Amino acid sequence: PSLKDKGCGECQCAT
Amino acid sequence: MIHLYRFRGLNIALDVNSGAAHMVSDAVYGILGRCGASGADGFSEAAAWAAAGEMSGEYPGAVLKEAVSEICGLADSGMLFTEETRISDEALAGRGAAIKALCLHASHDCNMRCRYCFGSGGSFSGRRGLMPVEIGMKAIDFLLERSGGRRNLEIDFFGGEPLMNFGAVRQLVAYGRRREGDCGKRIRFTITTNGLLLDAEKEAFINEHMDNVVLSIDGRPEVNDAMRRTAGGGGAYGAVMKNYRRFRENRRGAYYLRGTFTRNNLDFSEDVRHLADLGFDRISAEPVVADAENDFALRDEDLPRLLEEYDRLAGLCLDYALEGRPIDFFHFSIDLTQGPCVFKRVSGCGAGLEYAAVSPEGDIYPCHQFVGKPAFRLGNVGEGSFHNRLRDSFGRAHIYGKPDCAGCWAKFYCGGGCHASAWQANGDIMKPYALGCELERKRVECAIGIQASLAAASESAGAAPETSLWDEEPAFL
Repeated sequence: PSLKDKGCGECQCAT
Repeated sequence: MIHLYRFRGLNIALDVNSGAAHMVSDAVYGILGRCGASGADGFSEAAAWAAAGEMSGEYPGAVLKEAVSEICGLADSGMLFTEETRISDEALAGRGAAIKALCLHASHDCNMRCRYCFGSGGSFSGRRGLMPVEIGMKAIDFLLERSGGRRNLEIDFFGGEPLMNFGAVRQLVAYGRRREGDCGKRIRFTITTNGLLLDAEKEAFINEHMDNVVLSIDGRPEVNDAMRRTAGGGGAYGAVMKNYRRFRENRRGAYYLRGTFTRNNLDFSEDVRHLADLGFDRISAEPVVADAENDFALRDEDLPRLLEEYDRLAGLCLDYALEGRPIDFFHFSIDLTQGPCVFKRVSGCGAGLEYAAVSPEGDIYPCHQFVGKPAFRLGNVGEGSFHNRLRDSFGRAHIYGKPDCAGCWAKFYCGGGCHASAWQANGDIMKPYALGCELERKRVECAIGIQASLAAASESAGAAPETSLWDEEPAFL
């Protein structure tokens, strides 16, 4: 499962 | 919710609400299917036994008993039939109003006239022109001021053809680098180009400053030149490929060769093969965005052929991987061990919320595909005006807000699809583009199927114990 373990918005429209 | 499908001889079960993925035996596949794979309601050990009972003529009792035991064990540990834990509407609404990414239309002019261009040959249905540096600087200021607590920001130079305004691109990168330090931010610059103007000077600049580069080309020469014509009417493949091969040799960092496929090349896996065999290992092939009246637009009747072609492409990617020269096909790249957080999966691309596009005149739109559409204009960076009156409507366009998405097994991989495609197909960003949904579901199946096939191949080849995916020899491989 990868969905359980949060919206910080720092992620990056070709951890 | 469980999604079951077969991929190249493997049975695959996806536990939609946990993100777990499993390869299963025929007996387990049959039991899961009978347990009502489409919904979690009603799953119990008794239901699994009842399903197994219906299959007693097909499998020995010991096999069915073992299958039920394994299914129930995984259900108890939250890896099968997991119930959905929904993010509340309040949490989704409370994501703030920060903008973290801008698409800068450095040019609304283009040296090509691609038949399928959604930007009307670069002009976006307006007048041709280049973005003045002053407008670009105000756009960067706009991003920095509106980015709230976000540290990582992004600016993509787009068009039209942004290299037609290369002087401005250089100045704007330098300006962004100066301002990011003042504001405690980091800007990630990217650029999309048709490659015609990609000379050694621009290549060196891009290599130094651009985190990612999207290089447009459709594949085989005859396919590319049928759709991608220069402004003078000639085919572009020869000149562009020469530049791309040199670029590939010198590139340090990410890039993608990005093609468009249309009704005229439904065999688009051959275009991916062509590019891969030329040594390019990061490739994207996208379905055309076009009004239905165009002869090259994809039609609903093309769907079976398109699904077949994705299977063919998955086989090609598998072959390359097994030969030791894997390619990164953009839509087959899924990180099953982590991926984006649930907020991101639920809310999708961010257009109209944390992503915006700015035209050469400084007009602000929810994303690059809405540029030039007056109903979606949100303000102007030159005038210092911005009122995101569409924020609520884009904010509601998440996977729980769209009826078509709520029951879809692929929703946590897709994120709700492209708002612009929904609007173009149905005149409503809440109503996804159905053909696009079918293609995305197929791409996700292929992406996970490829990983399953590689894992199975590794196991069959006798991978070292420390790299083995499981504790015992799989009974069904």
